Amino acid sequence: MKLECKQVWKHISEYLDKQLDPKLLMDVEKHLENCEVCSAILDSTRNILVLTADDRTYELPVGYSERLHARLEKAIRETANSKNDST
Amino acid sequence: MQATVEREKELITRIIAGDADVFHELIRPYERMVYLAVLTMLRNEQEAEDASQEVMINAFRHLKSFRGDAKFSTWLVTIAMNEARQRLRKAKAAPQESLDEGKEDREGDFTPAVLTDWREIPSEALEKKEMRQILRHAVDQLPPIYREVLVLRDLEELNQEETASALGINVPLVKVRLHRARMMLQKLLAPSLRPAAPQRKGFFGRMFQ
Repeated sequence: MKLECKQVWKHISEYLDKQLDPKLLMDVEKHLENCEVCSAILDSTRNILVLTADDRTYELPVGYSERLHARLEKAIRETANSKNDST
Repeated sequence: MQATVEREKELITRIIAGDADVFHELIRPYERMVYLAVLTMLRNEQEAEDASQEVMINAFRHLKSFRGDAKFSTWLVTIAMNEARQRLRKAKAAPQESLDEGKEDREGDFTPAVLTDWREIPSEALEKKEMRQILRHAVDQLPPIYREVLVLRDLEELNQEETASALGINVPLVKVRLHRARMMLQKLLAPSLRPAAPQRKGFFGRMFQ
């Protein structure tokens, strides 16, 4: 079946996740081969997701881990003490 | 993978038996995951750090309720999302954003932006602070119900079932929201480079004005 651009856009996410059934996949790929607009949208979406998921996009604050484990340590001690008190 | 699950089970058994210090080791691989989940939801580094600490403390206190039918990471990220949602509700930081479900789940028409620039941006561009800010800012602009799905699926790389379980929604809804989130992100990022891009004329240019 020949797909219109709008129909292809609806399936971009499933296409990226490789979840399209074989028949629809074929139709989408056929459209992409001949449509510069849709293949640009697809490529840019994929690229944006790769860039967003890159570790450098979101970085842990300096000292995050140390502060986390220090606070955790305190909480663990408090829990242990309250258990000891109750026994 | 299976080795990790077994190892974690063993650690959890030891912690519950009283060897509480082992908890530090158990959560070490997930520090970034928890921070990223709450940061993207709360959009504030300081609050995200405080929330991450609360998440880990809560996980420690409730470790006995972890049944082992889900992965430990999924259980932990569920606590993280709940903490973030709770804080968002309390703060009502952005009144125009609603955590209510339903109204935005229609499939709705959207027009994606044509981005010949973005399709070719190499990952080295992320060395630039400005580039990272543009991406984070775009994610921040998504409404929470879309942001949470995008974060779990595309940033944390949870699968559909794990994402559904962590958010308390069903798999078809995860798919619909993920699709919309990705398309919104694509569309949001289009204008940021527009001034640098040559003016598009002709058919394509007219179509996406």
